[in-house]
Amino acid sequence: MGKILNIKDWMNSPRYKNNVQKWTGKTKNFVMGLFIAIILAGVCYIIIAPVLGLISTAFMSVEDIGNPVVFLIPAAPSLYNISHAFGYMDYVATLIRTLIYSLGLAVLHVVVCSFVGYGFARFKFRGSEFLFALVIVSIVIPIHAYMIPMVQGFRFFLGNPDWNLINDTIPWPIILLTATGVGVRSGLYIFIFRQFFRGIPKEIEEAAFVDGASPLGTYLRIMLPNAVPAVITVFLFSFVWQYNDVYYAGNLFVGNRLMANMMSSAGFMYSATQQITNPMMVQMITFGAVVLTIAPILIIYLFLQRFFVEGLERSGIVG
Amino acid sequence: MQKRKRKGFSLRRREMLSGLLFLSPWLIGITVFFLWNLIQAMRWSFNYVFIEAGVGVQFRWLGLDNFNHIFRVHSTFMQEMFESILQIVISVPLIIFFSLFMAILLNRHFIGRGLVRAIFFLPVIMGSAAIANAIEITMGMLMGGMSHVPPEALREATGFNAAIIISLLNEFQVPPQVIGFLVDTIANLHEVIRSAGVQILIFLAALQSIPPSMYEVAQIEGATGYETFWKITLPMVSPLIVTNIVFTVIDMYANSETVETARITFFELQNFGASAAMSLSSALLVCVALFSICYIVSRHVFYYD
Repeated sequence: MGKILNIKDWMNSPRYKNNVQKWTGKTKNFVMGLFIAIILAGVCYIIIAPVLGLISTAFMSVEDIGNPVVFLIPAAPSLYNISHAFGYMDYVATLIRTLIYSLGLAVLHVVVCSFVGYGFARFKFRGSEFLFALVIVSIVIPIHAYMIPMVQGFRFFLGNPDWNLINDTIPWPIILLTATGVGVRSGLYIFIFRQFFRGIPKEIEEAAFVDGASPLGTYLRIMLPNAVPAVITVFLFSFVWQYNDVYYAGNLFVGNRLMANMMSSAGFMYSATQQITNPMMVQMITFGAVVLTIAPILIIYLFLQRFFVEGLERSGIVG
Repeated sequence: MQKRKRKGFSLRRREMLSGLLFLSPWLIGITVFFLWNLIQAMRWSFNYVFIEAGVGVQFRWLGLDNFNHIFRVHSTFMQEMFESILQIVISVPLIIFFSLFMAILLNRHFIGRGLVRAIFFLPVIMGSAAIANAIEITMGMLMGGMSHVPPEALREATGFNAAIIISLLNEFQVPPQVIGFLVDTIANLHEVIRSAGVQILIFLAALQSIPPSMYEVAQIEGATGYETFWKITLPMVSPLIVTNIVFTVIDMYANSETVETARITFFELQNFGASAAMSLSSALLVCVALFSICYIVSRHVFYYD
C-alpha cells in the first residue's frame, strides 16, 4: 500500500470514489426532496389559502374590509357576520334537519347499494353483464338530461294530478330514488361495492352455502361484516355529497330548509330585512354563512380524514 | 322406470332468481326513474309542453322545432355548448396529468404526508357550488393566486411581468391560439387543482396496488427512474386513467354553463320542450365525446390480468 502522494492518485483511489458516490447520492436526494417539498407546499397553499381567507374574512368587521393594511388577520375582529348569519340561517334547527337528511340518506345508500352491489358481484346469469353496463350508463348520463321529466313525474305521480310528492317537509322523491339505487351518485356506490365484494374469496360464500345458508343470510351475516371499509367509504362520501348537494334537493325538494339552501339565501335575507345595500357587507354575511356551513363537515373531516383517504384505497375501486 | 320429478329449480335458475332478488330494488329504479324519464325527456323535446290547471301536462307535436329553436334561434346556446365542450377537452388532459403527478408525489414517504393528503382532499369535502362561488370571491380579495391579480399589480409585487412573456411569445411567432391556451391554463390552475381531489385519490389507490416486487426487479435489472415510470407505473395505472377521464368529464359537464342554461330555460322561462332538447343534445354530445375518448384511450390501456 503506497502512500497517496499526488492529487491524481487520490482521485483514482477507491476511497475517493466511494466518497463522491455517497455525496452525489445524498445531494441528489436532498435536491429532489426540496423540489418535491416546494411543489407540494405550493399546491397546498393554493388549496388552503382561499379557505383561510374565507374564514378570516368572516371574522372581520366592516372597518377591516375597508382597511388596505389588513391582510388575513383582522385588526378589529368581530362576530357580527357569524352571529347574523347564524340568525338568518336558523342555524341549530337547520343543522339538525340537514344532519337527519344526510345521515338518513347515507344509511339508505349503504343498505341499498351494498345489496345491489352484492347481486352484481356474485350472481352471473344471462343478461347480468348487460345490466351492469346499464349501471355504467346511469353513471355516465348526467342527471340533468332527465331531471326535468322527473320533476314532472313526481309532481303528477303516476299520472295523477292530485299526487304531488314534491313538498317542503318530507323529501319523498329523493327517498324513493335513493331506495331504488338511482339517487345522488348511486351508480358509483354500486360500482364500489361490486368491486369490493368481488375481492372477497368465493370459498367463504361456498362454505356458507354448503352449510345451508340462503343467499340473503350469506349477504347479511358474512359479506356485509367483511365489507366494513367499503361501507365506511360509501357512507362518508354519500354523507358529504348529500350535505353539499343543491341540484337534487333544489329540484325535487323544493322550498327545502337545508343547510346549502339556507347558506345561499342568508346574504339576501340580510340585505332585505336590514335594508342594507352595501354589497361588501352582504358578501361578508355570506362568508359567515359559508363558514357556518362548512364548520360541521370540517370538524367531522378532521376526525375521520384517515377513513376518507384510506377507505377508498382499500375499497377495491381499483379492481 | 318412472321419471323423477324435479324438485325446485336447477342451480342455474336459482342463481338467476337470487341475482334478480338482489338487483330488484335497482331494477325498479333504473326502469321507472331512469329509463322512463330518459324516454320522457326525448318525447318532451319533440313536443310543445304546457301545463293545464287540473289536467296536468299536455303535449302538442312539434317535430324538430325545439331543436331548430335551440340551435338556430336561441342566441347563446350553441356558443355555450361548444365553449363548455372545448373547456372540457382542454381541462381533462391537464387534470389527468396533474392528478397522476400529484399522486406519484404523495405516494412517497415523507414527514407530514397525512397532513398533505388531508389538504389535497379538502376540495372534495367542500364541493358545493355556493361554497365554490364564495371561495372564488375570496381568491380575488386575497390575491391568493396569480390568476386573480391584474398584471400591473403583479409586476409591482414580484418584478415579474406576464405581459412581457406574452409579447415575447408573440415575437417568436407562436400562434395566438397557443398563447391563449397557455394563458388559460395558468389562469385555470386553481380550478384544476380544486377539481382533481377524487382523481388524485383514485390514482393513489392504483399506485398502492402495484406489487412492490415489480419495482425490485426493475431496480435489480438496472432500470432508471425514467424507464421504471414508463414501463411499470404508467401501464399499471392506465386502466384508472379511463375511470378518471369519465369522472372528470361528467363532473365538468354537470357544472357547465350549458346545464345552467337548460335549468333556467325550464324553471324561469318555462319552455319545457326546449329545455329537454338542450339537455338531451348536450348530453348526447358529451356522451359521444366521452365514448370516443374512452375508446381511443382504452386501446392503449394495459390490463395486468
